[in-house]
Amino acid sequence: MHPVLILVARRVALGVLLLWAASVLLFAGTMILPGDVAQSILGQSATPVALANLRAELGLNDPPLTRYLNWLGGVLQGDLGTALTNGQDIAEALGRRLGNTLFLAATAAVIAVPLAIGLGLLAARYRDRWPDKVISTFTLATVSIPEFLLGYIAIFFLSVNFRIFPSLAAVHEGMSLGERLYAVSLPALVLVLVVLGHMMRMTRAAILNVMESAYVETAELKGLRPFAVVARHAFPNAVAPVVNVVMLNLAYLVVGVVVVEVVFVYPGMGQYLVDHVSKRDVPVVQACGLIFAAVYIGLNLVADIVSIVSNPRLRHPK
Amino acid sequence: MNDDLSRLLASLDRSGLTRRTLLGGAGAAGISAALGVSLAPASLRAATPKRGGVLKMGLGGGETTDTLDPGLSDSPVPYSVLSQWGDTIIDVSPTGELVPRIAESFSPNEDGTVWTFTIREGVRFHDGSEMTAADVVATFKRHSDENSKSGALGILQGIAGIEQNGRDVVVTLKSGSADLPYLLGDYHLVIQPNGGFDDPNAAIGTGPYKLVSAEAGVRYAFEKNQDDWDKERGFYDAVEILVINDGTARTSALQAGQVHMINRVDPKIARLMARAPGVNVTSVAGRGHYVFIMHVDKPPFDNRELRLALKWAINRQEMVDKILDGFGTVGNDIPINAAYPLFTPLPQREQDIEKAKAHYAASGHDGSPIELLVADTAFPGAVDAASLFQQSCEAAGIPLKVTRVPDDGYWSDVWNVKPFCASYWGGRPVQDQMYTTAYLSTADWNDTKFRNEAFDALIVEARAETDIARRTELYHELAKILHEEGGLICPMFNDFVDAHADAIAGWYDDPNGEMMTGRASWYTWMA
Repeated sequence: MHPVLILVARRVALGVLLLWAASVLLFAGTMILPGDVAQSILGQSATPVALANLRAELGLNDPPLTRYLNWLGGVLQGDLGTALTNGQDIAEALGRRLGNTLFLAATAAVIAVPLAIGLGLLAARYRDRWPDKVISTFTLATVSIPEFLLGYIAIFFLSVNFRIFPSLAAVHEGMSLGERLYAVSLPALVLVLVVLGHMMRMTRAAILNVMESAYVETAELKGLRPFAVVARHAFPNAVAPVVNVVMLNLAYLVVGVVVVEVVFVYPGMGQYLVDHVSKRDVPVVQACGLIFAAVYIGLNLVADIVSIVSNPRLRHPK
Repeated sequence: MNDDLSRLLASLDRSGLTRRTLLGGAGAAGISAALGVSLAPASLRAATPKRGGVLKMGLGGGETTDTLDPGLSDSPVPYSVLSQWGDTIIDVSPTGELVPRIAESFSPNEDGTVWTFTIREGVRFHDGSEMTAADVVATFKRHSDENSKSGALGILQGIAGIEQNGRDVVVTLKSGSADLPYLLGDYHLVIQPNGGFDDPNAAIGTGPYKLVSAEAGVRYAFEKNQDDWDKERGFYDAVEILVINDGTARTSALQAGQVHMINRVDPKIARLMARAPGVNVTSVAGRGHYVFIMHVDKPPFDNRELRLALKWAINRQEMVDKILDGFGTVGNDIPINAAYPLFTPLPQREQDIEKAKAHYAASGHDGSPIELLVADTAFPGAVDAASLFQQSCEAAGIPLKVTRVPDDGYWSDVWNVKPFCASYWGGRPVQDQMYTTAYLSTADWNDTKFRNEAFDALIVEARAETDIARRTELYHELAKILHEEGGLICPMFNDFVDAHADAIAGWYDDPNGEMMTGRASWYTWMA
């Protein structure tokens, strides 16, 4: 078998193992949280009788191991179960939320990734000159400002003062693609600003690193134009670290945007997870956690594979 | 006797409406349907509402875990959702009158132990089926079943039997109560087909709007119920509820014109917001209050002198000014204020460091830290309020120690469990209900562990007492006991602060709850 295939197969197997470990950790984590789901659902209005009734109904009196194994068996058959709190089918509710999250992440990524790499190339090309300084300062500033503040600034100017974009990004079924894109314009903008800096600086650093090497000097001595040197000789060799950081940022766009979701009232996964954590809705928390873990592991897998494929030394090991 | 009870009910109206107004010239049967069914004040009813338009409400207090089951609807968004599609048999007007709704009339027997409610005819559910007395009976049975998880279970515990008699629903009580209609007007008790036994989440009722789509924690859409039995409400073609939990997002959505009304305006920005163009901020004094509660059965709070020391040390006015930014009134260590019928004020307890010192010295407390647990979820600004309290105590030499704990698990592990913590109460329509819910020895939610036989006896006596003067006296007595002996430190009653756009007409203030007690979509219209 081709060594690359073996390498990839090993990575995938490791990913599956990691997912299982994540599920165990998630379960253990939800167990040690204070309070239980019945208490959390009923809140201040909990009477002992109502509590006992709800506990029995939700099966909270079973031992934890039984509950975990029941759930794992269901997941393997594609059944995520029903939410303890409102009895909804998790797969269905989660599917809609995941779709929203992926839509927002994709919108932001489609803008941010090419922009970041382009700006990174530009900054490397004009290293230490004004374009580099402007790009670096701007992206550093947007990374440094907390995302909720960026969100509020955007809302203040773009929706309250000038009324260009909506401050609410609440998408719902029955909206056309155009309406959806318009609705998510502000959160997408904020997310682009948040992830831009990291990817741009990594691109710049990786390219500059490669620029020090002998073959780049050779290319320059051959008389190639500076941009051709960067694009044809330096960039392919800088792909691995850039892909890594791009994947990390994509993962962030999927799993880490709960604050932006709250500010723009976007019905994504983050808010869904937070609500269910605070209600101790273990099946939902685990389903969300598993999906988040799968996204992280999957994207890192892609980064690994791209690194392998783009690196002749890994592609053709001795 | 019957007349006495009627007079009592009439007098519950704190606006001073006469018995004749309430009875409306009805016969000897008691209170009947002659009263108009609209809750809106007459001045507004006179204006001709414009029909049409889509009302968009941006509301905080909804989660993805919410259900449509009226019994489990305890937070602001589910409560507002309920008001769109459901009706209760009785409503309480902004001025405290009982307004017959699904029940077109009601009357008690002589000692207030048996109440008869006559159910309106010709009312249809959203699915087209006819609403009957049987549905009302089933609804009450579902909520009062001892296995029920309904939030109304507690207030229905005094009911011994519910029966249908033709068009009538007959409710038998374990002991006489003049307040039953108030209790049955509880917002959980919306009438569902077969009481919701078939599907509690169906959201099919008799209300002015039909549910079209629901996504918990995100958005609810309603359309006008064309067959609404009450033609004097529900002027919009459609209503949309958007869940906006973030206060800033809610405010900016109103300012950006994306929603027409919002609830829970942060008192800190309410004044600034009122100055913004096109926005009206409304503030209504209600019965909700913020509290610090001590378990009177656990040391050191079993010491009356220590409790009094803490009560004299706290600066209530400062809290109203700084925590509520003036959108509220000072409390007086009882859960009752002027928004309640039959309220008589006690001398206001104000901060008195000297008295606090004296009581603290008399308590013989050993000077070890007195721990107060607090979390943001207890009430908005709870952590800051606790710090203010701590500073006041320091001035009196009382070693109060504030411990901040996470919101997570607060209602399960701290409230009603730890001996001293911060909390809030939403208030109840009548005094009896408030006392019975939280201060009766046997109450589940007795969160100060206050057990006083004389107090319990007074509650029961007042409940069945038909002489108003005597009943008022009894409530005064109850308040006095709690004020002196209780474990409740009540620094403030909070206002409901809502805001709406200029495009909305017909808004009126209602002390019973926020967003015109959920009736904003019923009685306002697009100007």
